[in-house]
Formats: sequence, structure tokens, C-alpha cells
Amino acid sequence: MYVAVKGGTAAIENSWHLLARQRRGDTALPELTVSQIREQMSLAVDRVMSEGSLYDAELAALAIKQSSGDLVEAIFLLRAYRTTLPRFGYSLPIDTAKMQVMRRISATFKDVPGGQILGATYDYTQRLLDFALLADEADGSGAGSARQPDSLSAVAATVSIASHVMPRINELMAKEGLMEMPGPVAVAEPGDLTRQPLMFPADRPLRLQALARGDEGWLLALGYSSQRGYANAHPFAGEIRRGQVSVEIVPDELSFAVDIGEIEVTECQMVNQFAGNLEVAPQFTQGYGLAFGGAERKSMAMALVDRSLRARELGEDVVAPGQDEEFVLSHADSLEASGFVQHLKLPHYVDFQSELELVRKLRAAHAKQRQISKDGAVAAGLATASSGRKAA
Amino acid sequence: MDENYNFGFLDERTKKSIRRAMLKAVAIPGYQVPFGSREMPFAYGWGTGGVQVTASIIGRTDVLKVIDQGADDTTNAVNIRRFFARTTGVETTEKTADASIIQTRHRIPERPLTEAQIIVYQVPMPEPLFRLEPRRRETITMHALAEYGLMNVKLYEDIAQLGAISKTYDYPVLVNERYLTSPSPIPKFDNPKMHMNPALQLFGAGREKRIYAIPPYTCVRSLDFEDHPFEVQQWEHACALCDATQSFLDEMIVDDEGSRLFVCSDSDFCGERRTAGHTGEQQAVRLRDALSPDTGRSGATQ
Repeated sequence: MYVAVKGGTAAIENSWHLLARQRRGDTALPELTVSQIREQMSLAVDRVMSEGSLYDAELAALAIKQSSGDLVEAIFLLRAYRTTLPRFGYSLPIDTAKMQVMRRISATFKDVPGGQILGATYDYTQRLLDFALLADEADGSGAGSARQPDSLSAVAATVSIASHVMPRINELMAKEGLMEMPGPVAVAEPGDLTRQPLMFPADRPLRLQALARGDEGWLLALGYSSQRGYANAHPFAGEIRRGQVSVEIVPDELSFAVDIGEIEVTECQMVNQFAGNLEVAPQFTQGYGLAFGGAERKSMAMALVDRSLRARELGEDVVAPGQDEEFVLSHADSLEASGFVQHLKLPHYVDFQSELELVRKLRAAHAKQRQISKDGAVAAGLATASSGRKAA
Repeated sequence: MDENYNFGFLDERTKKSIRRAMLKAVAIPGYQVPFGSREMPFAYGWGTGGVQVTASIIGRTDVLKVIDQGADDTTNAVNIRRFFARTTGVETTEKTADASIIQTRHRIPERPLTEAQIIVYQVPMPEPLFRLEPRRRETITMHALAEYGLMNVKLYEDIAQLGAISKTYDYPVLVNERYLTSPSPIPKFDNPKMHMNPALQLFGAGREKRIYAIPPYTCVRSLDFEDHPFEVQQWEHACALCDATQSFLDEMIVDDEGSRLFVCSDSDFCGERRTAGHTGEQQAVRLRDALSPDTGRSGATQ
């Protein structure tokens, strides 16, 4: 007798065990600790914090460990945790001009107040695999780690983190009227994407929220498309800065701001082609990107996409995918995208059965139709033959 | 019950906001109400909308049934049922008759529902027009104006080109003669069950952040034409286990020759019939290509 497949519960539990084994890998090797991930895979941690919308390096590192390094899965874990947290209030806008800058570059001016600070960047590394890192691990002597503190302390002695106010370049340009400054248009408080569904048209605060938690790969591809003629971008990297900024809140009980801590962010301000007409004098326009931690690729891509999404506001024709806010924002969230693509793994027997039934029915109708036309042709052939005989 | 989380996982304020959206949905049958969908500990596409709806209405005395494809033992149904058992401690059941809340994906149980029951649908795409018009901004206006010509034209074109309406699931319905509504991807076989159903029908789309409802005893009409009336699927076979001829059948491929076995998709319905003494033929069947040359001679045989 046939018995339908059962055992969902047991299968799920076995799957958890296999997953745990996959995560742990070879048990002869020491287990990775959360603090090691936090310290030594910091850029992965930063990405998980950004797209997970939660600034907590330890939990982000835990999520990366738990997900075996699958960052989208780690982002999911962090978001699912975040959703249970109470909301105490909203911070004041951070002031990035007061950032303790670790890196700051401008591609539009050779020198700027505060100077150019290269900081840590892959930009000028020669992308050659550093086999020394492999050797250090192989001999287990920690020779490499003995070498590193020296080089680190040498650098630390020469770089003093700039902590004075370093004005943002776009503001300097705006003083001369060269740069449009998109101030907060709405008088109302910015909406909150995590409390209310995103509706279209969305205002810029909501768009920026969606982009900030948006998938880096999606933003990168769309930003890239805007550089290749799909939207008229003409961007310059006006300024990129990375460093620590203070977060302040004004508690209900007090009438003044209280500093509740610091976060590390990367900010990018793109300078884009000037726009102008008879009424408005020509000005440069801008796009804005911000992400937690070291996230230059993300914040630059975000700034490009922010600028292209401002098309309508700046009176440009919406002709490219990167300018279509509903298209861009509806597909920017990695959790939504990953979930819906992968839900195709779930059983769809019933819907597929419905399709099977229809296709079979249509094929049967097709066969019948074919038979009728064949019979018709045979009958016609006989008719021709007999009429031929008659003629003879 | 897991004491680390609130009853039903969501905090009470969130549940309240979801219930407010539901009240609006019940007041405007078939209308999609936007709501502040939360990230859940399930992936989007795995029933986050249905889970949020259930979490917001479930109480300690409720009895919950969860089905996927009509069955209680599919992995995702098992997972969701365990989630609620863990976060609410409520009683769960596989019996349709015993449940006060039934969360479902893709099916409506064969046993008729009652006024004492609520059925919660997991919905992937709440917008019935999305294949014709993917832009939400546009479809909102189309619903406001009851401008559904596009869908009627699509159904007409199907008939003109294929000879039949190609929609076999997620078949569009008009709720209360006003809003065009997606029945979630249930097979059209189940559409007639939505009409004048005594149970409250709630629909949750988590990723798309919409909730809609069909209140008890509401008119639900599947779109059709006078000369092409709506009809549901029929099978040439009976259920191999319980011999049912009026239920939705799943098809399984049971050997390398491609033999098929047809079995009820509703596992509770099938089980009850077997308990009542009905037995099927237990026979797999061979299906032939309707268009292959030898089909005409031998016909479809077992």
C-alpha cells in the first residue's frame, strides 16, 4: 500500500544537525570565535550591520558565525532580532562635519580644508595574494602576528586622527552658490520605513532609508548602469569620508541633547552635472550615500542611485531603470529578494497540478483537432480521386 | 512555551496595528490595506504575512491548524505550527473540524468551514493585476476606479489564442462585486469555496506589506464570460487511497516508467474518509501522450 511521504518534523531536526556540522567544518581545527570575526572580518561585520539596520558589531559577528559567512543570511538573522527590540526614540541628525576622520578624500579639489587623508584603502594595493599570511598560519609560530604590531604601531605614531571640525566640501561649494543643497523639504518628521510600508511616490528621506538598508550588489549594478548612459549621471566623487561620529538624542525628560555614543560611518557626496534653466542659474547637483563602518563601495553606489532617483525632482526625463523609484526601491531589499526567489523551493504541487491538468486538456483538444483535419484531408483526397475517375 | 518572547512573538503594539489593518480590510472586502509588516524569523515567501495575521488574532483558547498544499505534514506547515506551539503554547490540530484558526498556503480544506472558524491565507502577490501592470502606483488607481478592463481583455485573449483561460490557480475573483482580488495561489478548484463562506477569510502578504479580507457570507465571483463560464478542474481518476472523486488530487510519479498515483491533496479529508471505511484502488496509472501516434490505437490504459 502506498503511504504518503511523512516525517517533516524529523527531517527538519536532522537538517538542523547537518547545518551545525556544516558550520563547524573540520573539528580538528580550532573554532572561530565571535570576537575574532568582529576584529578580523570587520568589513563583513560592517556590511551586515548596515543592511541589517542595527549597529551592533558583536551581534553582527555572531550572525556571520552562525550563517557560516553567508552575509545575506547574517543580515536576515540580525533583522529578525532587531524587529523584536523596543524603540526608545529617534536620534538627532549626525553631524559628519564633526567626524573623527580616519580617511577623507576628494576627487574634485587637489587640496581642501582638513586635507586629503588616504587612510586604510585597498585602492593602491597591488592585488597580489599575500602568501605570507598563509605561511604564518602554516608554521603556527605567529611570526606574522609578531611582525604586525610593529608596523601597526609605526603607523599609529604618525597618523593622529583628525578630530577638529572639517567642513564638508559640498557645503563649501554651496557657499558660492555652485551647489544645490536639497534641504529637508517636508516639515513633518521623516517617515520610518520599518514601521510603515513604503508607498510611492516616496519622499527622499524614505528613499535614503531604503537605499541605506538596500543590497550592496543591487545598488552597485544600478549605480554602474547610471554611469554607462542609463540615466545621465556625470558624477564626481566630491568627498568620501570615514570615521567616528557622535549620536545624540534629546530625551523626553530633558530639553537638551545627550551624547549616547559613537558610530563609525562612511559617507559619500557625489557631485553631479549642473542643471539650470532660465529661472534657475546653473548649479551642480548631488547624490548622497551613507553606510555603517567601512563601506565605500556601498556608499558610493548609494550616492549614484540617490542622484538618479532625484530625476523627477530635478525636472529630468525618467528614461532609465535607475531613475524609476518604484523599480529601484521595490527590489532593493536583499531579504525580500532572497526570500521570494528562494521560496520557489517550497512545494507548489497543487498549483503545478492545476497547470498539468490544463496542459493535458489542451493537448487532448489539439489531438482531436488534428484528427479532424486529417480525416477531413483524407475525405477530401478521396473526393479528388473519385472526381478524377469520373473525369477519366 | 518559550518565555523569552511575547505571546505570539510580536509585541502587543504591533499586533494591535495589524488588527487595525484587518478591521479596515474586513470593512472593505477585497481591498488591499497596506500595513507595517515586520521582519519575522521566517524568510519572506515562507508565509510571513499569514504568520503575522495569525499571531495578531490568536488567543490562548484557540486551536490552530496549519496546512501547506492541503497537508499538515509538509515541512513548512510543520515549521509554522511548531513556531506557534513554541511562542503561544496553544493547542494544535490536524483536524479541520477541530480548528478555530486554519493557516493555509495554496488550498482551502475540502470540509466546509463554519462560522466559528477563521482561515488565514499566506499570500505571495496580493495584487491581482501584477502580471499585467507591475507598477503599484498604477494598480492603486485602477482599483480606485474599478478599472478592470485589462484583466477581462487578458482572459478574452487567452480564449481567443488557446481556447481556454490559462489561469488555473490565482484565478481572479471579484469580491462583493467591487474589488478585483487575488485568491492567493489556490487552484481555481477552490475558488467556489470562497463564495458565501461562513468563515472569516483573512489574507496576509508580508513581503508586499498588504492585508485583505473576505468577511463571512460575502459574494465572491470568479471572472468569466457568458459563453465561457467558469469551471473547475476535474480528474479522470479517483483518489488511490480513499476513492474520493470530488476532491483535489495531487499527482505523484511512483516508478521509473513514469506511472502516476493520484491522491487527495487534503490529508485530513483523505484520512477521515479512510477511517470511515472508504478505500481506493491503490493503483498507479500510466498516462500516454495525447499527441503520440500510437495513442489513437491503444488509448490511455492502465
